[in-house]
Amino acid sequence: MPPRSLGLPLRGPVFFQRRGQAVRLAAAGLAIAACAAVLPAQAQSAAEQLAAYSAQSGQAPQSIRGQEFFTSKHGHDWACAACHTAKPTVEGKHASTGKPIRPLAPAVNPERFADTAKTEKWFRRNCNDVVGRECSVAEKADVLAWLIGLKP
Amino acid sequence: MRRRAALLRSCAAIGFASTAYADVGRSNPSSLPLYKTECAACHIAYPAGLLPAQSWQQLMDHLPKHFGTDASLDPATAQQISNWLQAHAGTGRHFNEAPPEHRISKSAWFVRQHDEVSATIFKRASVGGAANCGACHGRAAEGNFNEHEVRIPK
Repeated sequence: MPPRSLGLPLRGPVFFQRRGQAVRLAAAGLAIAACAAVLPAQAQSAAEQLAAYSAQSGQAPQSIRGQEFFTSKHGHDWACAACHTAKPTVEGKHASTGKPIRPLAPAVNPERFADTAKTEKWFRRNCNDVVGRECSVAEKADVLAWLIGLKP
Repeated sequence: MRRRAALLRSCAAIGFASTAYADVGRSNPSSLPLYKTECAACHIAYPAGLLPAQSWQQLMDHLPKHFGTDASLDPATAQQISNWLQAHAGTGRHFNEAPPEHRISKSAWFVRQHDEVSATIFKRASVGGAANCGACHGRAAEGNFNEHEVRIPK
């Protein structure tokens, strides 16, 4: 499964139509190389995924900011914590269906953040529900940094 | 007379339950692992035979807005699930029309099957609404909706 979101400014056909193609290709090449350094073919561990998000965002992740983001509402009905609880080392519950949600903290549940495609799928869906847009790589890095730091 | 009417009603119910059960059996929710891993991440794997093909089509075409949540999938996964749902969708007289909002729980047969269950019961926190089959049908996740096994939580 290829990593789907590398946060690169590649936009399909438009990219090839515009001028300055060579410059863009070179820049993209550099970006890919930079990501490849921290994101081998597939970043599978939580720590590797965090490193990749941090590298893409160009700033150090802050877990305190991640906690704040996770537990706050962002202009919509739910906070992340509405389903995952404010300290997701414990089981949560789907706010709409009531289905139990296993703990999100990788220290408690090693299945979490073990697959890049799955991580991206759930960030995409849940950020749309909670924030009304997809999350930035910096936001994902902050949240993941906080989650990785949670101990049982 | 009343007894006869009650008997008829029971027979009708059993008759319906067995046809519904046959549908359920034919579309065993575990027969497409992808359906279970993706859709049953948030709710039980509703048996494909409980909605007509056109409802599944509508639901699969609007996954980013799925009953108030974003349930979007990558196109390849969505296509596989969609094909399977189309092949196993409900057929016959109960599935000639799409139910309101494409909700199983708003289908005429569902409403009739549950007409002895009051709205108050559905509203109980322990039940969690008509979409939460597993609250009363303990083996719903396996596609078992046998009415003799129903236990309504307090």
